[in-house]
Amino acid sequence: MSRDAVLSAVNLTRHYQIKGGPFSKPATVKALNEATFELYPGQTLAVVGESGCGKSTLARVLTMIEPPTSGKLTISGHEVSLKEGQRPPAALRREVQIIFQNPYGSLNPRKTVATMLEEPLKLNRKEMSAAERRQAALDMIAKVGLRPEHADRYPHMFSGGQRQRIAIARALMLNPKILVLDEPVSALDLSIQAQVLNLLADLQDEFGLAYVFISHDLSVVRRIADDVIVMYFGQPVETGPAEEVFTTPRHPYTQALFSATPVADPNRRRERVHLKGEPPSPLAPPPGCPFAPRCHLATEACTQADPPLDSVNDRVKVACIHVDQAVAKYARAG
Amino acid sequence: MAAISTPAAPGTFRYQLASFWSDFSASRGALVGLIFIVLILLVALFAPWVAPHDPAMQDRSALLVPPVWHAEGSWDYLLGTDAVGRDILSRLIYGARYSLSISAMVVIISMGAGIFLGLLAGYFRGWIETVITRVMDVVLAFPSLLLALGLVAILSPGLTSAMIAIAMVQLPYFVRLTRAAVIGEKNREYVIASRLSGAGHLRLMFNTLLPNCMAPLIVQATLSFSTAILDIAALGFLGMGVQPPTPEWGAMLANAREFMGSAYWAVTFPGLIILLTVLMINLMGDGLRDALDPKMKRS
Repeated sequence: MSRDAVLSAVNLTRHYQIKGGPFSKPATVKALNEATFELYPGQTLAVVGESGCGKSTLARVLTMIEPPTSGKLTISGHEVSLKEGQRPPAALRREVQIIFQNPYGSLNPRKTVATMLEEPLKLNRKEMSAAERRQAALDMIAKVGLRPEHADRYPHMFSGGQRQRIAIARALMLNPKILVLDEPVSALDLSIQAQVLNLLADLQDEFGLAYVFISHDLSVVRRIADDVIVMYFGQPVETGPAEEVFTTPRHPYTQALFSATPVADPNRRRERVHLKGEPPSPLAPPPGCPFAPRCHLATEACTQADPPLDSVNDRVKVACIHVDQAVAKYARAG
Repeated sequence: MAAISTPAAPGTFRYQLASFWSDFSASRGALVGLIFIVLILLVALFAPWVAPHDPAMQDRSALLVPPVWHAEGSWDYLLGTDAVGRDILSRLIYGARYSLSISAMVVIISMGAGIFLGLLAGYFRGWIETVITRVMDVVLAFPSLLLALGLVAILSPGLTSAMIAIAMVQLPYFVRLTRAAVIGEKNREYVIASRLSGAGHLRLMFNTLLPNCMAPLIVQATLSFSTAILDIAALGFLGMGVQPPTPEWGAMLANAREFMGSAYWAVTFPGLIILLTVLMINLMGDGLRDALDPKMKRS
């Protein structure tokens, strides 16, 4: 890419300390482990994985709600150095905004839509007058496909899709460069999902936004993502351009994940890659590759060391020592 | 939406008022409560003109006269007289001034301080929370009247110290309620979103969190209003609160206790007015909560 990355993460790690009770030792949960990626303006980076794989932790670190335990986070060329409990500098905070999964919890039930949209301006654009703020809020309401008379209503008067539009409007009030979308459509009806996704695509074109799209819905990801990160147990196991990862999944976990997605083709027969067991407990990580206990290709060597994310070609990186075997087997099954 | 008779523009204060009123008056109980409270307030305000007698005047020729509907009753003393010949109706009317203002002050002091401490504890957690909740637990551990007595004794007996003492006794309930509500709301996404858009601690506490925590507090305020009336009465009875001959409802109740068997009216009417006031305030509090909560609004 010739353009400069708007966000880059190098070995981003977030650990949580679990306080020990009188009968248990304190423990460390590695919620996010060594995530490295770059994000470019106008691009969508999708983060996929099952529940508890660290997707939401990544969102919290990227939006500077929580500082990373280690690793480097650079936003718009500025390195973020945040201490525990510290508030990010205003200039950086404006660059990144977040959309939450649950549109019923993300809007203040006591405030009207206009008040909510004006709040970021009130706090960050002190020079704007009340009338200008109101106008800006009304403009944004129109932009996300709501009507002006919605401005003075309370959140409970809206449907889930409309609420998500309001949340998007609020996030865009400060003209951020990056939008972290934490499962933005998974709480919505299927028909509404498409509308909201289209709105997001339109806004991305209009403002040149970079999206970090966190999801477990692979059909949605396939449609909108430019790049994909597949996460398992807090660490990326496969990264690369969406098209390539979707056509040739290389990591056994990615293969299992993709083969679990239903395909609307009754004639298609495919041997599904079944996963055994549950994800390991984060308090007692297995030795070596965290996926080894559930992997059908696992060998003795897998439990010896955690495989690093290695380049398969100049676009795709995979963290598996049996990549070739996995690809071959997947091709035969397909 | 709400404004039927007043088509004011949305967003204006008048529109909000109109919509608040249409929600509030939809509840009949709240309306009755409001009317009653307004009546009591008016009576208290215009006591010198409304009351038939001087509340401290003792008529030695009319001790324990029963109310007017008894055979021995007299039109001079509509609700009868007490043991030293003072008109009960007049004392009730004047007593409204004391009881209402004292209780209002108690509720304002304890609610204000309680909300502040509860917000601090729930928002910052950590050692601040530990200190605040432990102190409140200590306050709760004392029998409330004993604590109030001790505080008044330290502060020297009188109306002001009685108010402070009772506010102190009521404080833990407000602190705990606020803290619990704040902890419940604090990690909701809208609070995080507000933080991400740059809201500081004070704004998050008072502008974002507090309005969402008000519903239980309003109900608690109306409840502690009634407790305050009774506690002030108890302190007065023990000689630590309102000093005689001030006609305060609770003190009247306490003073007439020994005549409960022979002259029921000396006890019944102060008791009844306390009961009614408390009930009406609670009714109004319920309506207030419903009207202030946008979720209850019919759109």
